[in-house]
Amino acid sequence: MTATILASPALPAEWRDFLALTKPRVMILVVYTAICAMVVAPGTIDPVIGFTAILCVTLGAGAAGALNQWYEADIDALMKRTIKRPLPAGRMDRESALHFGVGLGAFSVLMMGLTVNLMSAAILAGSILFYVVIYTIWLKRRTPQNIVIGGAAGAFPPLIGWAAVTGDVTLLPVLMFAIIFLWTPPHFWALALFVETDYAKAGVPMLPNVAGERVTRRQIGLYTIAMAAVVIAPWPLGLAGPIYGGVAIISTAYFGLLAAHVSFRSTATGVMKDVMRPEKRLFAYSIAYLFILFGALVTDHLVLR
Amino acid sequence: MSNPHEDEIRARQKSRSIVMGLILGALTILFFVITIAKIRAGHA
Repeated sequence: MTATILASPALPAEWRDFLALTKPRVMILVVYTAICAMVVAPGTIDPVIGFTAILCVTLGAGAAGALNQWYEADIDALMKRTIKRPLPAGRMDRESALHFGVGLGAFSVLMMGLTVNLMSAAILAGSILFYVVIYTIWLKRRTPQNIVIGGAAGAFPPLIGWAAVTGDVTLLPVLMFAIIFLWTPPHFWALALFVETDYAKAGVPMLPNVAGERVTRRQIGLYTIAMAAVVIAPWPLGLAGPIYGGVAIISTAYFGLLAAHVSFRSTATGVMKDVMRPEKRLFAYSIAYLFILFGALVTDHLVLR
Repeated sequence: MSNPHEDEIRARQKSRSIVMGLILGALTILFFVITIAKIRAGHA
């Protein structure tokens, strides 16, 4: 790690800084996909235990976010988007962030194991370790495919939600994992194309900076094809009904159209006012798309099963 | 007269303690409700 010595803050951190360390905005998707998997999973779960499972997933995600910020304090200090976070802004010392992250992570896994079941606790522990060790510490600064690996870390919640109800993992939660995993690259790279990032300045090899815009556009197209296959799969495999099938086909067709537009465009140049409009459209739609897809899976289950 | 810097430290410590107290209170209630749910499940 290229350590930058961050000055120790003169004041103790505020509780809001600890909250900011958990990246609360990222949790919406985490909680939503975990709840969807819990609803779709066969069997029932006591509402109190279900609530506890969601709480543990949320705390685990918060712990992963805190440990990510603990490790990345040096590069966060170099980027406009992240410079105001508690560590680079000097409102908290790194040791506090480390203790908070480890404590929160251990607590979430222990509580999951003691109150829900061991399988969901094991997957939760694995997801935190994957995000912190494999993604943040090992691969993020080494490969331009870092977003693909980060996508896997964000795809664990449906597995945890499913395992909380059933105690095991079958094909449907694995497909839900694969959907989020393959959705992440087109989603993130569409953003990376129109937002001016300073990852290069921070030494993080993001695909558009390393391989260029043309390669990034092609990769968006390729990942969209793989994602479409996995998104449709639950219907022909008999794991979801026609409501999901219909919504998946229509919403994915539109995703494909937007992604194709972005993929086949040549590098944007010129002085047009909104030259990156297709990329912005794809990014905005990709967020709604995932919510629609998982919502359709739940609706299909509640109506038809 | 107290130092304004020290006042700020005390204010932050106080707000952290309040939040920690609220979290611990909520966890106490949650663990109680979980215990009831587990007992209920054991009798089902």
